[in-house]
Amino acid sequence: MRKLIFSMAALALLAGCASQDTKEQAGAAIEERKPSVGDITPPVKPDTAPVAKPIVSKPIVANPLKDPNNILSKRSVYYDYDSAVVKDEFKPMVTAHARYLTQNRPAKMVIQGNTDERGSREYNIALGQRRADSVKQMLLLLGAQEAQIETVSFGEEKPRAPGKDEASFSENRRSDIVYQGE
Amino acid sequence: MKIYNPLSIVLFALLWLSLVPAAHSQLRIEIIGGGANQVPIAIAPFKGEEALPQKVTAVVAADLVRSGLFRIVDSGGLTAIPAEPAEVQYPAWTARGADALVIGSVSPLPNGYWDVRFRLLDVAKQAQLTGFAYQVTTQQLRNTAHKIADAIYEKLMGDVGVFGTRITYVVKQGTRFELQVADADGYGAQTVLASNEPIISPKWSPDGTRLAYVSFERKKPIVYIQSLLTGSRTVAANFKGSNSAPAWSPDGARLAVVLSKDGNSQIYLINADGSNVTRLTNTGTIDTEPSFSPDGQWVIFTSDRGGSPQIYRVPVNGGAPERLTFEGSYNVSPRYAPDGKSFVFIQRNGGRFNVAVQDFASRQAQLLTENGIDESPSFAPNGRIILYATEIRGRGILAAVSSDGRVRQRFSAETGDVREPAWGPILQGQ
Repeated sequence: MRKLIFSMAALALLAGCASQDTKEQAGAAIEERKPSVGDITPPVKPDTAPVAKPIVSKPIVANPLKDPNNILSKRSVYYDYDSAVVKDEFKPMVTAHARYLTQNRPAKMVIQGNTDERGSREYNIALGQRRADSVKQMLLLLGAQEAQIETVSFGEEKPRAPGKDEASFSENRRSDIVYQGE
Repeated sequence: MKIYNPLSIVLFALLWLSLVPAAHSQLRIEIIGGGANQVPIAIAPFKGEEALPQKVTAVVAADLVRSGLFRIVDSGGLTAIPAEPAEVQYPAWTARGADALVIGSVSPLPNGYWDVRFRLLDVAKQAQLTGFAYQVTTQQLRNTAHKIADAIYEKLMGDVGVFGTRITYVVKQGTRFELQVADADGYGAQTVLASNEPIISPKWSPDGTRLAYVSFERKKPIVYIQSLLTGSRTVAANFKGSNSAPAWSPDGARLAVVLSKDGNSQIYLINADGSNVTRLTNTGTIDTEPSFSPDGQWVIFTSDRGGSPQIYRVPVNGGAPERLTFEGSYNVSPRYAPDGKSFVFIQRNGGRFNVAVQDFASRQAQLLTENGIDESPSFAPNGRIILYATEIRGRGILAAVSSDGRVRQRFSAETGDVREPAWGPILQGQ
């Protein structure tokens, strides 16, 4: 299912869809950098003249981090049991975040590592830390800077799925990317 | 009068299970199993205790039963309550099968205090074994009963009693987390910290006045130390990354903690005020769950440096760690026994997580539980009982097992999940 969602997101990117969600317009006003990762929404041109403007002249540029059609809105990496290996299916997403950090040096993020509920709580803190660190290492290799990333672990303490079955466990074996200010 | 000492209990013990009625308390306690050689003890009502909101003898009896080492002989239907040795009809107690008899009295004092006195008598020898008098407030009556139970336990078992100690644990109620402290029998629970974010790994300072714990209230694990006397707290470790797994040094001056500030989760020593950070382990793997030896010379911990989580021991001043566990692919959460001769830990067997104890000298491990999802074991300060967290039908409860595996107890709250227990120390001067 996650893979399916990811594929749909990729298709959406290829189609060049931009968010029309008005909630994101406030974010668009301060987004002056070139939109990243295949987001082909036209860049905003600053208004220079105090003349009457056509109503339709201002295109909407979404905050790429919040645009559900942008890969940067994808924030979770999932893992196999007792593993911290970032699987291939999540590498495009991690790569996109590395590019964002490279192109937005003031941007900072926290990567929160999580585990399923099985086993020692403290060992799971360490395992969640290792998961978050594995994402961080990939981001650093792709050009992000150390000061932009803090990795922390929630271990098994903040499960997203409450069940005690494999479906819940696999949902909870996860690293989440959270940008500063979010 | 038979001689009751730990050796004879061990020599004559055979696995013998009996169900004993559960005591009623805030944490409901259920006892499963018992020593084969339970001491038959009669506890006569204390003269005057019917005036109290809670009978002292009921608390004493519940404590002794909970240990699994005593059988309470019926003391009902007395024509006269004996409060002094001269008033005891020894043949009647012999006929009831009691080897030991407890008598006593409770009387109000002019200053609002209570005078509580008890005597432990050897029925066969018709002699006093021990006896104490206390002057206490109404609020101290429960604790006084625990002290009486401790005195009886110590005299008949030749071992330190822990009925007067306290435990800490975390209750999860919906999205709310409460760090609580309660008497060892589950009564008198008090909330030390309430939070909408998780709290884990509470550890008692050796003098019992402070708790170190990990709170996620600032969206990451941070180690705090909180005074139980004043409620004030300090940050012990809040570095970049995760800060967790506090363990007190035996002198209470230092903590071992796990920090990820330099990369992966590693063990560091810090002063209790957070200063003087010194790295103890140095690997590219996970090193966590430190526990100090009682002499302060060693730290045992969990590491996956060998490919799977196993238990290791390192000198506190540094040096080469030595692997201690070899059976199984998941051995975690080690804690030293109070005598330093063994450690308790959790071993995964298939999909189960069981409490095990390993002897340092023989390197032999003994499983104490089976079929469980057990976590966070810790010893009672006399080393006789191991408190741990487990699950019943998906709900978190606390459980305890005697270190010989014979006596089991379960503590459950009315609602919510109970987890992360730790048994407090014996307080000096109490």
